[in-house]
Amino acid sequence: MKPRVDVLGAGLFAAAMAVAPLFLNAYQVDVLNSIGLYALLALGLNLILGEAGLFNMGHAAFYAMGAYTAAILNTRYQIPVLWTLPLSGAVAGAFALAVARPVVHLRGDYLLIVTIGVGEIVRIALVNDVFGITGGANGIFGIGRPRLFGLVIRRPEQFFYLIWGFVALTIFLFLRLKRSRFGRALNFLREDEVAAEGSGIDTAYYKLVVFGLGAAWAGMAGTLFAAKMTIISPESFSFWESVVLFMIVILGGAGSIPGVLLAAFLVVGLPELFREFAGARMLVFGLVMMVMMVVRPQGLWPARGRQKWLAVSGKALGP
Amino acid sequence: MKAAEPTVEREQRSLLTLGEVTKSFGGLTAVDKVSFAVEAGSVVGLIGPNGAGKTTVFNLITGHYQPNHGDIRFAGQRLNGLPTHRIIMLGIARTFQNIRLFQQLSALENALAGCHYRMRGGILAGMFGFLPYQRRAEQEAVERSVGELEFVGLNQKVATVAKNLSYGDQRRLEIARALTTQPRLLILDEPAGGMNEQETEALIGLIEQIRARGITILLIEHDMRLVMRACEKLVVLEHGGKIAEGSPEQVRNDPRVIEAYLGTEDEV
Amino acid sequence: MEEFFQQLTNGLAVGGIYALIALGYTMVYGVLKLINFAHGDLFTYGAYLGLTLLTSLALTDRLGFAMGVLVLALMVMGLVAVLGAILERAAYRPLRQSPRLSAVVSALGASIFLQNTLMLIYGPRFQVYPDNILPAATLNIFGLYLPLMRVLIVLVSVLMMVGLYLFIQKTKIGTAIRAAAIDQDAARLMGIDVNRVIMLVFLVGPALGGAAGLMVGLYYGQINFTMGWIYGMKAFTAAILGGIGNIPGAMVGGLLLGVIEALGAAYISIAWKDAIAFCVLILILIVRPTGLLGERVADKV
Repeated sequence: MKPRVDVLGAGLFAAAMAVAPLFLNAYQVDVLNSIGLYALLALGLNLILGEAGLFNMGHAAFYAMGAYTAAILNTRYQIPVLWTLPLSGAVAGAFALAVARPVVHLRGDYLLIVTIGVGEIVRIALVNDVFGITGGANGIFGIGRPRLFGLVIRRPEQFFYLIWGFVALTIFLFLRLKRSRFGRALNFLREDEVAAEGSGIDTAYYKLVVFGLGAAWAGMAGTLFAAKMTIISPESFSFWESVVLFMIVILGGAGSIPGVLLAAFLVVGLPELFREFAGARMLVFGLVMMVMMVVRPQGLWPARGRQKWLAVSGKALGP
Repeated sequence: MKAAEPTVEREQRSLLTLGEVTKSFGGLTAVDKVSFAVEAGSVVGLIGPNGAGKTTVFNLITGHYQPNHGDIRFAGQRLNGLPTHRIIMLGIARTFQNIRLFQQLSALENALAGCHYRMRGGILAGMFGFLPYQRRAEQEAVERSVGELEFVGLNQKVATVAKNLSYGDQRRLEIARALTTQPRLLILDEPAGGMNEQETEALIGLIEQIRARGITILLIEHDMRLVMRACEKLVVLEHGGKIAEGSPEQVRNDPRVIEAYLGTEDEV
Repeated sequence: MEEFFQQLTNGLAVGGIYALIALGYTMVYGVLKLINFAHGDLFTYGAYLGLTLLTSLALTDRLGFAMGVLVLALMVMGLVAVLGAILERAAYRPLRQSPRLSAVVSALGASIFLQNTLMLIYGPRFQVYPDNILPAATLNIFGLYLPLMRVLIVLVSVLMMVGLYLFIQKTKIGTAIRAAAIDQDAARLMGIDVNRVIMLVFLVGPALGGAAGLMVGLYYGQINFTMGWIYGMKAFTAAILGGIGNIPGAMVGGLLLGVIEALGAAYISIAWKDAIAFCVLILILIVRPTGLLGERVADKV
């Protein structure tokens, strides 16, 4: 039975991750933390790009919104950084809704260009110290360490459990979402927008809402990033961050949660293994993107779809 | 016989009425002051040569296009300006001339799309929902979808991915998906397109069965045997304008229709 | 007033460069309905090849400024055209029948690849065009002192655009390109070799883009391996502004965007200069997605 293999695999992976910090040094744990943050961001982007099929290449803008919201609230108003999590998500989500509303109807690659534009405008605004609160090109420093249940989180392995705990929660919630009415609507949208609308689905609403949701997740990831780094600056949210996230989703397999995790490990982790070739990293990525589209466009670990699960319930109900 | 009824009475019984509907694209008038009514419970055929504007009429009814002039009314409600999904929710469902299924999804998932708007639950319900009513609603949706798939004869293909279905099965799946929206009016755009003789025969039976469920049908079709057998009223379009309307016999004998359309159709 | 005209002419020069790059986007889009994300990087190759050829062959020393630059331009255009054709073969042709997303991703991959190849060869730092071989002359036009290069850029880019326009409108090959842009299948039925048309488009567009790269090198003196990205985005904005798929549109859009940006930088804020172009891009897509003269881009039934 395939589902049992899945559960077993997921369980083994979770167990391995849970004990990983015991066997790794601080640097290695820190790499895993980076992977976790990218996984978190890519899981959010996967809803927009993988499940709903909307080309978003400005995800870093929403990430930045969350990180700056957390940083500003923490440094100016001394609000504990983890408390800002919901608000950072809300700010990033609301921003995404406002931005996406007039453009979300655009055809695929135009939406892509517009989201690139939005990402750049946000970055330029941050560099130019918009409203005098973003600290310009230097960014914001002195963000407080997060506290959880009275414990101050500062060591990499502590962050590891914070970040990967959030990743685990995200996977759980998104898996449920994927199987729900909402998740199905996103897939209908991706497969054929006209047919979805013609089946009574308010496609404009779903496009907008999924943008907001994915962005809200990026915003929360931004909070974790700000808490981990204690310094944030515009260069962390460049266009290339959006490209890397886009790549993680596409290379892993659009709409596939295990695929996205795998790709996060490969895209973020592999360059750390081959540090002496760091200069060639992007070159290799570019080449991989081109080759993948020819030999394996569905991604490394494509989504299997729900037909198996549905076949079971369908048969159970049959005559 | 129907044409002899007083207009008022016909208005009351008609489910869908088009009043002088006009649509132009740039300089080209695709639909020119077309008026007709579809009586509740009937099967009406919209016929005409290629490029006569038939599919455009369908797209106007379902809100994919907005008319430049004229009124479209469904069960007394004006449809002009409504987005497509709202029109579907009012009780109109449709299929597409160039099949538009969710290709990567199973037949069951395709059919579930039609149940969507009658269900509830958004992001939060999807993420956190453990409530019994949601499970029940899911269950009901699956039951309804399976039921419609069986109704159109796809019992064995419930779990098959849409793109792997045969052409005829894909057309049937589109009908099943439309039926799961529980429409009062079903609009079929060339349902027999690409079907062989047996499949067409089965389709005629299916149309009869759909009608027996009390669902009104408006269809575009080039297969004249199907049109003549399944429809009780025909509306003939040419160059975007209506040139005839009436029973199949009346239309068949109408000199303008013979000249414009049927004369070139060797099947008749 | 002097300041205004200086900015205006500067805007026209930059706009001419945008327009030349935009032509490449618009032609490819017209025929393939694909945004060639790597086009901006071909422009960068023009700038780098120009620098390398200029310094290694010492063309201006041997042939004088005018002749030297002309030969240089022809060489750069030829080489970048070949690169464009290779790009089409390697990144796009295998995906002709694939979904849109695949081609978009491949285009981005090609862009990243091209950019980083340059980085590995030349290093990440700015490269500088030698300033001793370029005449620093200024022209006096109606009492306005304008740098010679600025005037040349405007003239040359307009000449090239007009040349391309005539080529597309008046020649048989141009007619084939237009036919393929309207309906590839119909064009094929009429005996047009669509593959050759596509190849041609990928030769001509990059050639113009390469020329633009050379001009940027000569005009500003400084080039960087990432500059193709920002120039590419702006040129694409110009193509959208004019109406994508539309050749006169790309020219109008390019010049207009150059002027808007120059005046915006001068009178609003230089720090927001790059954001101005992106705002124009988003606004035009919201308000008038067909551009000033062009095709619709929102999805149709």
